[in-house]
Amino acid sequence: MTERPALTPVNLITGFLGSGKTTLLQRLLRDPALADTAVLINEFGEVGLDHHLLERVDETMVLLQSGCLCCTIRGELSSAIKDLHSRREVGRIPFFRRLVIESTGLADPFPILSTVHADPVLKHHFRLGNVIATVDAVNGGVQLARQQENAKQVAVADRLVITKTDLADEAAVEMLIPRIRQLNPLAPLWRVPHDPLDAEGLLSHEEFELAGRSERAQHWFATALMGQWRLNRYSHASGDVEQVRSPRASGKGGAYGPEINCHADSIHAFALVFEKPLDWTVFGIWLTMLLNRHGPRILRVKGILNVTGSPAPVAVHGVQHLVHPPVHMASWPDEDRRSRIVFIVDGLDRAIIERSLSAFLHTNGCDWKQP
Amino acid sequence: MCALCGVLGSADHWTDAIARPGVFSRNSDTAERRRERMRRVQCANRVLKSYGLKLRDWQGSAFLLATATGKTEIVDHLAHLWIKAEKLTGRLCDPLDPALIARLEAEYD
Repeated sequence: MTERPALTPVNLITGFLGSGKTTLLQRLLRDPALADTAVLINEFGEVGLDHHLLERVDETMVLLQSGCLCCTIRGELSSAIKDLHSRREVGRIPFFRRLVIESTGLADPFPILSTVHADPVLKHHFRLGNVIATVDAVNGGVQLARQQENAKQVAVADRLVITKTDLADEAAVEMLIPRIRQLNPLAPLWRVPHDPLDAEGLLSHEEFELAGRSERAQHWFATALMGQWRLNRYSHASGDVEQVRSPRASGKGGAYGPEINCHADSIHAFALVFEKPLDWTVFGIWLTMLLNRHGPRILRVKGILNVTGSPAPVAVHGVQHLVHPPVHMASWPDEDRRSRIVFIVDGLDRAIIERSLSAFLHTNGCDWKQP
Repeated sequence: MCALCGVLGSADHWTDAIARPGVFSRNSDTAERRRERMRRVQCANRVLKSYGLKLRDWQGSAFLLATATGKTEIVDHLAHLWIKAEKLTGRLCDPLDPALIARLEAEYD
């Protein structure tokens, strides 16, 4: 018998209206690997239908209706998960090892993640798993350009699934991928029905759990730094910062150009690379201050840090205000010992973020000496 | 909760994780832990100076954040620090504020 998980992983399936979330869930639930999975569906409307489409109605399936998880019924989400947990504990429903939440197409993923992460009861029984975002191959381009919620869903995802690739022509899909990559350069991407769906790969192998593994961290930054991005060294006042700039930015002139931009010049991704080891205390002060003031606009922060005094790197991972506990990695993923931090932000200027972090780090008031 | 002062214990915060093995929380070396807290106070005060605020350690379990006139708030950890700082001053504590950055850069130069 499989061992009972200490904390039950919670996966969120998000994506714009009609982008194929329920169809994806339907396919995933047929996979024997997800046999012990409870499902929580949120529908925005008077009559809930999605749970019928799943063709599996039992006690481990809960429908939250007539409201959106991210706003009107967040308390209800918390109560529904607690109720599932209580019924599981007393044996009134079959034991489940995973919970999958399907949100409405209009939901901002962050409040849902925050509920699971911060609720004083839930956080002792559940943990966040991967966020999976679906993007419609036919309408995805337009939706990403016009719908802020959709761009946000893609930006915070750990896994991306382009759906309906059989209904769109290959050229349209090829045009859509760079748009998605501009919002989220890091998440592994599937095209369905063309690619075989790997339920295990989508829902388990949590991104954050894997952050502690060198090969996964290597993938993050290899993708972010070497993919469609161009590494462009420049001379910073301190001489120790390396900027990563998009090819498009180079035509603008000046040391700082706009980064990879997509959604009406609003959501963009960039990476900062620091040559010298970072001071963990100062980094914590800076990031907490940044998230307090600009949390809703910091869609993702992912970093592998060379921390002063620590022989192994520290992986940090945050979604808006929510920062996961840092992971001490066993070893460096490659020969590169620089700190690398990827940001996906909404409407914030990379230049000022980099300048601010540098100013905080180059502190002469915190001359901590390594013990 | 502390039975004497009624202060609720707070949940772990990500900044409390052990960054340098053997230095910070969840270890038994009290002296190192206190030293790290002192250093945290020192680093935070460098930024808080811009807002006329001062932070100090309180019993090794929380921090006290005070204005120049003595108005004081208890702070559990760094995430609460900025909320309390904004509450005490009525100002936004923004690390992207060019004036704050310029001040820090000037100190470095």
